[in-house]
Amino acid sequence: MALKITDYRTPLFNDWCPGCGNFGILTALQMALVDLQLQPSRAAIFSGIGCHGKTPHWVNAYGVHTLHGRALPFAIGAKLANPDIEVIVHSGDGDGLGIGAGHFVNTGRRNIDLTYIIHDNGVYGLTKGQASPTLKLGMQTKALPKPNMNEGINPIALALAAGYTFISRSYAFDVAHLKETIKKAIAHRGMALVVVQQPCPTYNNINTKDWYSGEDRKDPATGKPVPRVYKLEETGYDGVVRSPEEMIPKALAALEKSQEWGERIPMGVFYQNELVSTYQERIAQRVATYLENPPAKQVISDAEGKPITDISKLLDELKVTG
Amino acid sequence: MSRDEFIWMAGGPQGSGVDSSANIFARACGFGGLHVYGQREYHSNIKGLHSYFHIRVSPREIGAIASRVDMLCAFDADSVVRHIWEVNAGGGVVCDSEVQVKKLSEIPTLSASFREEFQKTLEKKGIKPETVGDLLNEAKKNGVKVYAVPYLELLKLLAKEIGEEKLSKLTIMTNIMALGISFGIINYDKKYVVTAIEKIFGKKAKIISMNVLAFNLAYDYAAQHYRDFGFNLAPVQTDEKRIFLQGTQAVALGKLAGGCRFQSYYPITPAGDESEYLEENQIFELERSELKHQSGSIIVMQTEDEIAAVNMASGAALAGARAATSTSGPGFSLMVEGLGWAGINEVPTVISFYQRGGPSTGLPTRHGQCDLRFALHASHGEFPRIILCSGDVEECFYDAARAFNYAERYQTPVIHLTDKAIANSTKSCKMFDPALIKIERGQMLSEADVKDKDYKRFRFTESGISPRIPLGTPGVVFWNTGDEHNEYGHITENPEVRTRMMEKRMKKLELADGEIPPQERVNFFGDEDAPVTIVSWGSPKGAILEAMERLRQQNYKINFLQIRMPHPLPKEYVSKILGKARKKIAVEGNYTAQMAGIIKEETCIPMDYFVLKWNGRPMTSDELYDAFLLILQDKAPVRQVLMYGT
Repeated sequence: MALKITDYRTPLFNDWCPGCGNFGILTALQMALVDLQLQPSRAAIFSGIGCHGKTPHWVNAYGVHTLHGRALPFAIGAKLANPDIEVIVHSGDGDGLGIGAGHFVNTGRRNIDLTYIIHDNGVYGLTKGQASPTLKLGMQTKALPKPNMNEGINPIALALAAGYTFISRSYAFDVAHLKETIKKAIAHRGMALVVVQQPCPTYNNINTKDWYSGEDRKDPATGKPVPRVYKLEETGYDGVVRSPEEMIPKALAALEKSQEWGERIPMGVFYQNELVSTYQERIAQRVATYLENPPAKQVISDAEGKPITDISKLLDELKVTG
Repeated sequence: MSRDEFIWMAGGPQGSGVDSSANIFARACGFGGLHVYGQREYHSNIKGLHSYFHIRVSPREIGAIASRVDMLCAFDADSVVRHIWEVNAGGGVVCDSEVQVKKLSEIPTLSASFREEFQKTLEKKGIKPETVGDLLNEAKKNGVKVYAVPYLELLKLLAKEIGEEKLSKLTIMTNIMALGISFGIINYDKKYVVTAIEKIFGKKAKIISMNVLAFNLAYDYAAQHYRDFGFNLAPVQTDEKRIFLQGTQAVALGKLAGGCRFQSYYPITPAGDESEYLEENQIFELERSELKHQSGSIIVMQTEDEIAAVNMASGAALAGARAATSTSGPGFSLMVEGLGWAGINEVPTVISFYQRGGPSTGLPTRHGQCDLRFALHASHGEFPRIILCSGDVEECFYDAARAFNYAERYQTPVIHLTDKAIANSTKSCKMFDPALIKIERGQMLSEADVKDKDYKRFRFTESGISPRIPLGTPGVVFWNTGDEHNEYGHITENPEVRTRMMEKRMKKLELADGEIPPQERVNFFGDEDAPVTIVSWGSPKGAILEAMERLRQQNYKINFLQIRMPHPLPKEYVSKILGKARKKIAVEGNYTAQMAGIIKEETCIPMDYFVLKWNGRPMTSDELYDAFLLILQDKAPVRQVLMYGT
């Protein structure tokens, strides 16, 4: 029987603030799972700490709510131990780009086949609205006593530099686009990043839903708002690398696109490169049986608990007498 | 020098091959049926600073170094100066004849503090040597024999023999020649050394033949010129199967046999060797006949930091693999938050923790036992954990495997605590027997067990243990969170659930305490009724046993309680033993006698004497013998601080 969206919901009360961008992200994720017809027990949703961190509790799938900034290492451990699990990692902007920035960068080097969704709202919500690493210099959101003294991190450019092989952005309240982007990320062979611009109705009074949709700048001719977000795909932009020669030009194009912010914010796939080997493939090159017999599936003892690992060759190498 | 054992020390600048020389020396002795114990000491430096290797060989099993040297094989002037006073009367120094002219004031690697100490020693002795040669002459007056070897001449001979014109290409051969000289002086059977050289250099036939040639040349030179040493090292016939390895290898082998299939680590001394050995041997054969065609494997991940290391191990453990990480004090400091997560989520993560001198970076390459309290209390909040302490290389093997049983049976993190002295000690051990290892995975459910059931990962049970399933098991899901949670694993702040969930987790510690028998948690040596009891843990074991044996021969009655599981501590057993002792002596490699404190806290029994050492060097059997003797003669202060070490 086909899986429906209700199959991916849990009966728990959702305590995000009314109007939170997280609702859009949660819905898009669940819709993507429906489209992919992925059995709940085949998916594992990891998260860090912050508002986004509760996401797994509202998804009927394996859910691992980890530590602040540490969702990636937990997820990588599980994925490498059992590569059959479809691992989707959620992180916040403070979580993934502040306290967890080291993991963000180093995960790019590995190109592990998993999906990483960053909920980017520019503030630390659960601790009452401090500036996050993506908030731009000089911005003073509602709870800040003074304007922000740090420049904002550009997650798209950082991911490109770190070696992510799928780099995309979407918007929490364009659920259809976000769902499609998440599906592309899951389908990508390698490390896939989806940065989701997410209004925080409680603490970010600058990058609001109205701001993203351009309510403040109506077209004088039509009287309609001119949204700040636009879709890369609709402009003819194509970030997919199809041959080794395209790698540098496409990366440079993505870097250039990543600089757009403010009046025009690009959505969609900035860069995708499946020519790079995944970490799982690299392991399999060394350990031929890895994919069929990964750590979590290996038999380690017989029925009586006798170990079946044969270390006699190693012991022989160390032998001095007898 | 005792008549049947021999202590050889190789000293030289780091990166000059001290290690490989010592390795060949030790193995050669091992091949000759002798028991071997070695300790490696080195600076936190890549090239140039002093390092040395103590190798002690004996017909009897030994587990410690002693505070003396029978033969110092010095690769440079620095090593002569540092170790000259450690050489026994009747012992020898082997060095390059050219170092004799070196002025003592012109050895740049000797630190200011060393020079100051050294000057004081010279003043005390009333001598004023200017050169290394002068110093050696002073040693000669004390009965030390000096073998100043013309290595350059020997190298020329070697060059001629193999037709190599550039001498600089052969200087690397000085190491093997020093071995040849050493073995030539003590007249040890060449064939064992040749076997050792072959073993160390493996398949590199050309290198083997060149090393054997250089060795023979030096050996013959010594046999001809240095005939006055008066001690011959004799091989011993034995049928016992023995292996020779270092502590980190024993841990790695224990992990493999124990079914560890995922290890994550961040490079750190001295833990790094273990992960490297695992990675080198990551594919292995399986014993069970129907799996013969398949090989087993372990994934070894070098992570970006220790935070990632511990959490990746927990992720792999959640998925059902036996998983571990390996580190030292500074790395464990970073793992603390992850430890707490594993605790509240009941994840069987194993942490191999090699202590070294702290706090902070402390003594990065030196020994210490200062992290017992840290291992016990690390992380905010309260949760059960099990701590295992190995006392020697052999225990490391079996404990490393057992750690996973405890972790999975009680679904909680296990810390396997060892120390630098064990990590870097090389020892000939009775062949490990993997058949003594039993794998117990605790309450693990299968797909069939949970099919169509309302599965609760943290179900309240009588024992506190909720049967677990690996993440990814079809037909069911669960949730984890570092927040307090309900039986499903969803966040809760409900006071009643919180109370019960804490009780459920903490109960597992009581269960472990009740189920794990004392023989897995302590070792006891000697007569229960002896009036004096030594209490210790970790690497002092070998030195204590040897000191005890010497005291026993002098009719002192003394026993030794080695704690292998300080948490949960087998209270009743410890109380029973300590209750009988009139004098209780704590022996520990730290300042505050941490184990003694834990025992007092758990049993209300205080120690009477403390023998402590924190200078970054392992305890020697001699200094423990001296300390114990003072206590037995009622001449000791409550607290004795040991100082031996260079």
